[in-house]
Amino acid sequence: MTAVEPGPGTTTFCDRCGAPAGEGDHARCARERELEPPRFCPECARRMVVQVDPFGWTARCSRHGTCSSAAVER
Amino acid sequence: MTAATSIILSRAREQVLERGEGLSEEQVLEVLQLPDSELDALLELAHEVRMRWCGPEVEVEGIISLKTGGCPEDCHFCSQSGLFESPVRSAWLDVPMLVEAAKQTAKTGATEFCIVAAVRGPDARLMAQVAAGVAAIKDAVDINVACSLGMLTPEQVTALAGMGVHRYNHNLETARSHFPNVVTTHTWEERWETLRLVREAGMEVCCGGIVGMGETLEQRAEFAAQLASLTPDEVPLNFLNPRPGTPFGDLEPMSGPDALRTVAAFRLALPRTVLRFAGGRELTLGDLGARQGLLGGINAVIVGNYLTTLGRPAEADIDLLGELEMPIKALNETL
Repeated sequence: MTAVEPGPGTTTFCDRCGAPAGEGDHARCARERELEPPRFCPECARRMVVQVDPFGWTARCSRHGTCSSAAVER
Repeated sequence: MTAATSIILSRAREQVLERGEGLSEEQVLEVLQLPDSELDALLELAHEVRMRWCGPEVEVEGIISLKTGGCPEDCHFCSQSGLFESPVRSAWLDVPMLVEAAKQTAKTGATEFCIVAAVRGPDARLMAQVAAGVAAIKDAVDINVACSLGMLTPEQVTALAGMGVHRYNHNLETARSHFPNVVTTHTWEERWETLRLVREAGMEVCCGGIVGMGETLEQRAEFAAQLASLTPDEVPLNFLNPRPGTPFGDLEPMSGPDALRTVAAFRLALPRTVLRFAGGRELTLGDLGARQGLLGGINAVIVGNYLTTLGRPAEADIDLLGELEMPIKALNETL
């Protein structure tokens, strides 16, 4: 499995709204992401399958693999 | 304090604190209309009521989504409806992951673990998954298991009770008069019928809703009174967290003072009920909200994350309970 790196503005696509990270203002996305898991793959903008549990989340892109809150926090 | 507001609070003190009789719909409306200048006094009264009729213990719960997204219903607040352009995709959780989440939840001291599915009502596949999950959790973890699986048939209610599910959540969501503005694919009365079946089967009834969905203060008071008439064992109180792609995605989150006034008003309408801080509190009230709510009528919390959004770290709430000298309700002290 690949650990994709989430975070709006840090990769090709915003992982909250799925729009190109280099276009437009994603400040609100960054704020909202503090209380949301990623929803879009930051590499290809596909919608990810996301599972939230009481203590973390995992997000899977069919093309780029899975990332998790545990991987991000490491 | 004006003479009018003084009368509202002193009457509530005598009626609810001294006699344990919840406020009527009209009285709840008066409380919801109190000015911000009276908020501290109101929260203090609600806290006294909670301490008098419920005690200092706080019930701690974790929740998890067993089946996420793809729901055929059109609840306008929900990112899991398959009818909206929401970024939430369908997902199923397997039993080992469910058990692991229950174990981690129990480690916080929580006594409740609620399994939730985004469905109109459970089908055979979901009931089988719930049966397997509940049995596996009961084998591995000392925690009460609750479920929230939508509308139930009498046979499904019996089956869940037989599995040992001790509490069933089914929110009425909002006032009966506002419900058609929130959901059109089923009725408030259908939800009420499931709640009736749950109570008949001997399971505890957990029923609350979401405030800040465009309802008027009159409708918020109506909702509190309708919940009181149900006499639920638990009322989870959510604050709308507007989700992208949903019909309510552009609504403004309610203000902090409004949210706290609602907490206190619901406590005064339901003096003996477990009143749980649920989703949206981080957005509406920020980090200070947990403290203000726990000192304003709340006596239960969902710790950690919610179904599709994230919450405060569980340890932040657990540490706060220690600081406030509010013990976590023990397993043998649950209802």
